[in-house]
Amino acid sequence: MNRAVDLVIIGGGSAGLSAAKSAYENGLKDILIIERSSELGGILNQCIHNGFGLHKFKEELTGPEYAYKYISFIKENNIPYLLDTLVYSISPKNKEITYSNSEEGYTTLKYKALIFAAGCNERTQGQIMTPGERPNGVFTAGLAQRYLNIDGYLVGKNVYILGSGDIGLIMARRMKLEGANVIGVSEIMPYSNGLNRNIVQCLNDFNIPLRLHNTVTKIHGKNQLEGITISDVDDDLNPIKGSEEFIKCDTLLLSIGLYPFNAMLKNSGAKVNLETKGAYVDQNLETSLDSIFSCGNVLHVHDLVDYVSLESEIAGKNAAKLVLEGRKIYDKVILTSHNENMSYLLPNEIKVYDSVENILFSFRVKKPISKAEILFKDENGNIIEKFNKVDLLPSEMVQLNVSDLPLNDINSLKVEVRAL
Amino acid sequence: MENEFICIVCPKGCRIKVDNEGNISGYTCLRGLNYVQEELTCPKRMLTSTVKVSNRKDTYVSVKTSSSIPKDLLLKVMEELKKASVEAPVKMHQVLLKNIFDTNVDIIATKEIK
Repeated sequence: MNRAVDLVIIGGGSAGLSAAKSAYENGLKDILIIERSSELGGILNQCIHNGFGLHKFKEELTGPEYAYKYISFIKENNIPYLLDTLVYSISPKNKEITYSNSEEGYTTLKYKALIFAAGCNERTQGQIMTPGERPNGVFTAGLAQRYLNIDGYLVGKNVYILGSGDIGLIMARRMKLEGANVIGVSEIMPYSNGLNRNIVQCLNDFNIPLRLHNTVTKIHGKNQLEGITISDVDDDLNPIKGSEEFIKCDTLLLSIGLYPFNAMLKNSGAKVNLETKGAYVDQNLETSLDSIFSCGNVLHVHDLVDYVSLESEIAGKNAAKLVLEGRKIYDKVILTSHNENMSYLLPNEIKVYDSVENILFSFRVKKPISKAEILFKDENGNIIEKFNKVDLLPSEMVQLNVSDLPLNDINSLKVEVRAL
Repeated sequence: MENEFICIVCPKGCRIKVDNEGNISGYTCLRGLNYVQEELTCPKRMLTSTVKVSNRKDTYVSVKTSSSIPKDLLLKVMEELKKASVEAPVKMHQVLLKNIFDTNVDIIATKEIK
């Protein structure tokens, strides 16, 4: 079967839905959202806790409620979407994708613009190579969350958590409330990787200890997990001999980070940002491939869904503009770079048109900085813009909406974060 | 003794200080001030969980308290939620359990089940 649409959006989670809404509101009506699972909303459906939407909607929502706002918009405006549909390939040269589902079979779809919003994956046991056995009972935190919140299945009774990422903290509270004994959380870094509010309301409220500079050094159990050994680590993150402690547990949850699920775009030839593992993008969130945009967690991993939505609106708007107005000619391309205190910076390049609107910059710091200045410098090191920020943390992405940069006068842009 | 609270109202996580005389500082919005005042008197939390949908196979509907409830009631309410079930269809924000433990707080659905 063959089809054609103006805009195809791969992924029906928070990024895809926000991008669809934004494209629609910017005048583009011929849109198709393709979603792999059997409902729209993506990972928000299993995030039943509250705390979403404070920036975007100025109210505190649960994940399903946040998704509902967008799903309602999609349904009210009859924006088409496909569920249980898997995309196999993107061909940027022919501007087409292939997908299949049980109704249409194998289908080729032509697009004028494509937004890649496929989300992220959890890092697994294999990626940190925990020493010891490989028994049942070791889960990524998000998988355990899915089993519990969607399928109603509690994966264990005596639980230990490795990694202090937000999903791990949320799951510590959730399993405790469901009657499990949550023994503790180990974090290899000297600081938590989760939001402060989650340390308070998920761990402190339930007297669950958080061990910093500590990690799992052995997994015990042939078929079923019988316990783990945890150890303190030194400043180089190597386990300290003599600090080992055996902990009896039947479940180990891993909350050790997320990474963009960007393989399909990479395999299609898109330039990759080696620091984020997502696509290399300009300020409109267009990738190195013609008319293909990327946004949300597949571009870089976010902490807050509100920021996913704000970012995806940019992709949606620019995809709509590209289809409706055609490609505009730009004068030059400014490459961006960052200093050693930051782990990445987006966008990777800025295309300078006669009128450049606000530019959304996103970055993370490598270590906590209590008082910081953020400097925007040209190729000669002259400061062209400056911001002050407090309490920067690696676990909290910074987004800055910057207007009026003198782009015509500069040839490169370096953003620097300095501790004051 | 000076007390420091990390505000849990929003992801910003402001550090709010309370000194010996009870002066509160460091909050950046009124919700933060209210949070600490409540934390000093009667700490409250929102509770979210799931309730079984009796007429759909392996289906649970996500729920929340309509507003925050005293912290020491969390586990008691969880027991009630484990016993409860609801019949589909369920509407968004449909009340599933009314005035739980006389708190004037309801348990409401946070999802639609068709």
